[in-house]
Amino acid sequence: MTRVNVTVDGTAYTDEVEPRLLLVHYLREQLGKVGTVVGCDTSNCGACTVLMDGLSVKSCSVLAVQADGTSVTTVEGLSGPDGALHPVQQAFHDKHALQCGFCTPGMMLAACDLLRDNPDPSEDEVREGIEGNLCRCTGYQNIVAAVQAAGQAMRAGTDGSAAPAVQASA
Amino acid sequence: MTAVDDRPDTAADGPAPEIGKARKRKEDAHLITGRTTWTDNMVLPGMVHIAILRSPMAHARITAVDVSAALERPGVLAAYTGRDFAEIQGNIPCAWPVTPDMVNPGHPSLAVDQVNHVGEAVAVVVARDKTAAQDALEAIDVDYEQLPVVLDMERALAPDADLVHGHTESNRSFTWIFESGGAGTGEPIQEVLDQAEVTLSRRFLQQRLIPAFMEPRSTVVQPDGEGFVMWSATQVPHILRTMLALTLNVPEHKVRVIAPDVGGGFGGKLQVTPEEVITALVARKLGKPAKYTESRSESLMSAHHGRDQIQDITITARRDGTVTGLDVHLYADMGAYLRLVSPGVPVLGAFMFNSIYKFAAYRFVCEGVFTTKTPTDAYRGAGRPEATFAIERIMDELAVELGIDRMELRRKNWIKHEEFPFTTVCGLTYDSGNYEAATDRALELFGWDDLVAEQAERRSRKDPVQLGLGISTFTEMCGLAPSRVLGSLSYAAGGWENATIRMLATGKVEVVTGTSPHGQGHETAWSQIVADQLGVPFEDVEVIHGDTQSSPRGLDSYGSRSLVVGGIAVVNAAQKVVAKARRLAAHLLEASEDDLDFANGSFTVKGAPGNSKSMAELAFAVFSAHDLPEGMEPSLDADATFDPENFSFPHGTHLCAIEVDTETGFSTIRRYVCVDDIGEVINPLIVEGQVHGGLAQGIAQALYEEAVYDDEGNLTTGSFVDYLLPSAADLPNFVTDRTVSRSTTNPLGVKGVGEAGTIASTPAVVNAVVDALRPWGITDVQMPCTPERVWRAITQGAEKSERDPGGTVAWGGASTSSSDGSSASEGDQL
Repeated sequence: MTRVNVTVDGTAYTDEVEPRLLLVHYLREQLGKVGTVVGCDTSNCGACTVLMDGLSVKSCSVLAVQADGTSVTTVEGLSGPDGALHPVQQAFHDKHALQCGFCTPGMMLAACDLLRDNPDPSEDEVREGIEGNLCRCTGYQNIVAAVQAAGQAMRAGTDGSAAPAVQASA
Repeated sequence: MTAVDDRPDTAADGPAPEIGKARKRKEDAHLITGRTTWTDNMVLPGMVHIAILRSPMAHARITAVDVSAALERPGVLAAYTGRDFAEIQGNIPCAWPVTPDMVNPGHPSLAVDQVNHVGEAVAVVVARDKTAAQDALEAIDVDYEQLPVVLDMERALAPDADLVHGHTESNRSFTWIFESGGAGTGEPIQEVLDQAEVTLSRRFLQQRLIPAFMEPRSTVVQPDGEGFVMWSATQVPHILRTMLALTLNVPEHKVRVIAPDVGGGFGGKLQVTPEEVITALVARKLGKPAKYTESRSESLMSAHHGRDQIQDITITARRDGTVTGLDVHLYADMGAYLRLVSPGVPVLGAFMFNSIYKFAAYRFVCEGVFTTKTPTDAYRGAGRPEATFAIERIMDELAVELGIDRMELRRKNWIKHEEFPFTTVCGLTYDSGNYEAATDRALELFGWDDLVAEQAERRSRKDPVQLGLGISTFTEMCGLAPSRVLGSLSYAAGGWENATIRMLATGKVEVVTGTSPHGQGHETAWSQIVADQLGVPFEDVEVIHGDTQSSPRGLDSYGSRSLVVGGIAVVNAAQKVVAKARRLAAHLLEASEDDLDFANGSFTVKGAPGNSKSMAELAFAVFSAHDLPEGMEPSLDADATFDPENFSFPHGTHLCAIEVDTETGFSTIRRYVCVDDIGEVINPLIVEGQVHGGLAQGIAQALYEEAVYDDEGNLTTGSFVDYLLPSAADLPNFVTDRTVSRSTTNPLGVKGVGEAGTIASTPAVVNAVVDALRPWGITDVQMPCTPERVWRAITQGAEKSERDPGGTVAWGGASTSSSDGSSASEGDQL
């Protein structure tokens, strides 16, 4: 067993974990962070995407021990402390960018990283940027629209309060 | 279209109707914040975890299974083989014996003596956590005695074929036949075939697909007295409850099934699964709650697959282009077993091959065949995409054969707007439609003429990137289904749906529905319907579903039935509530019921606008029950069960422009336009989403997805590395619009939209690919039209066209070469 210190959604945790434990299983099974889900076993679907020190990672492809000393943001930490939706969450709701919602946590966190890297992406840039996240319900069109709308909202600074939630805070 | 409705919320004479508003979904709040209730999230005190050992062999006798070493592993509580469950596991039920002599070989959940497809469950380990259970699987020793695999449907039907199931006489499950002369719905097919001026035959292949819902299946079972509670990632909690009771011989009232948040289904979770049965058996044996969650590779191997047909289609016509007869012969791959509705899926297609066209005669013959592959069953569209593909593909081929414009051929033969209602050659009555309007609108949005000109220009300058244009003018049957029709098709259950409306003391409303949404947005749409019916705020309506205890009656969600059957049940229940409320209002207002107007949620005495009672006031009056009409029970609640009189028939015109790089074979959708007529729309935002998602899956069949088995029966597309779900980068921006022909068979005028995009889009895309390649003499490309297949088609077609200008069918890849031999030469009777 190996000791890890990791901050998840603003709370610091210290745990003993098996070296082989994946971050996604650590989040779900040890921390009860079941908002993050597992959709495949080959890192193709991206449903388990979280932010690690502000950068998106597929948490099925990261060992829990690799997260030692980092700050992880899951879908459960995306909203502001007052419950205000993050612009990406708001845009996914506004644009009907989700149906069953299973891919949505990973898709939103991938979108956060995309918008951090490119605050004003074109349609093609969004499509390329979320290529690592699969959705079976929406055909992606409304997701693309939502990502662009979120980018616009974040550029306009309409919701500065929630934005820091996705920044590295450790 | 604009997705968001910006109409004001209120008009001068009251609030605007909720129906038609692009309401943002109520469902989203918990999904975008991660406060979800996926089955795999469930943790119960004392819960144990199950791992399943699956067969690596496609076809083998099990001569020995030894789990003793697994039991020695740390944390392992129990391990079971098929022998342990043989007397109690029953058979996975098949509810659709399509013919009286259909052969159902039986389907144990855990294999006992023999495995019949790769991925079949062979043994089970139960441990204190999932990792321990999975680790112990490697300690199980299984001896297999290999049997010959059965992979090719036509060879499987040969008299000397190896048998999938040794105790059956052949690999044929059933032969289902419809013939219009015999049925009295049209002329005898043989006469029409014999007298045909033009006869064209084609073989099309519907590749095997995998529904690939994003949430892997998961089941939790809590034993409870002589029964149990099951949480499962299912589309069909009600059907599952009844079937589990029958399968496991547990009284139905002791079984409760809950479908919590369910992450997509597309038909793939319309099932009673071996994994659900195994989890229930383990929980009951140990007396502890048990959980099983599959991995993605387990899901792709063992959750049922879809499509997989060989379609031999013959169409006859007069030389002027009037179609006369359609003769369809299908081989439908059932896989190794019959699951819940496996045989019914191809049979549902029987009524749709004739589509929107006026044929004089029609025959449909379907042979269900066993192979050593994963069982097939419902996948989005279920029988109708197959039919639509075949008819829309062969209409294109007929147009080429006759030298008639493809769209003109369709116009000449489709049911004219003024001919509705129209009874087709297979006996269905289409209530409404306007193919002309949808087509004209689609052509306009598409810019058809400009694209035709561009295609000609590219052809003339031999541009390496060619342009192809594809058409699909489709219809489908939605709203499964009138119970009498299901009865005539030998389906075990009915097709009704139930709803209950409960008026709470404070005027809030609970709607209990028997539909079971898993992404479709029923909570939002049903709230809109009820808000209009009762005149209460949208926000005041709560929709309850997915638990057989709180929503005890229902037949769940599939077959684009939820709105057209379940939504109408909601309307009917609401109207009963209003009728009860009217009686109470009349009493309290001291007026006759006939003298009351009901609008915007209030009963008002005619001519006395100040004299009114709102629904909220009446709800409280019933709650307090101090002053009710003589003999009235203190309740406004109402329950309704609706059985539709007919299917509904959405239709539309889909157009696809595709650029094919003739040097690499790579196809890129340049423009996709669809105009769907789904009748009235409750929520355009949700409708758009359904269309988009449907298009993605239909396009994926045309270009990307295929479940492939190798010569030994191994599924070689057993992960998302190899089974190609399209990503955002693989799909275009869709241009969508609608025309509205109200359904005349239900009070909302709605038709259903869940499957339209999938059904319509596949032939539009393949017709476009083939159209791009016509100069090479190519008349078909097998799906999915991968770069390799397109490149092979061009290469082989170019070589062959010099010898055989009549064309070639280019089916790339060794796995299907055995099916070759029926390419297109029958059209030469001209």
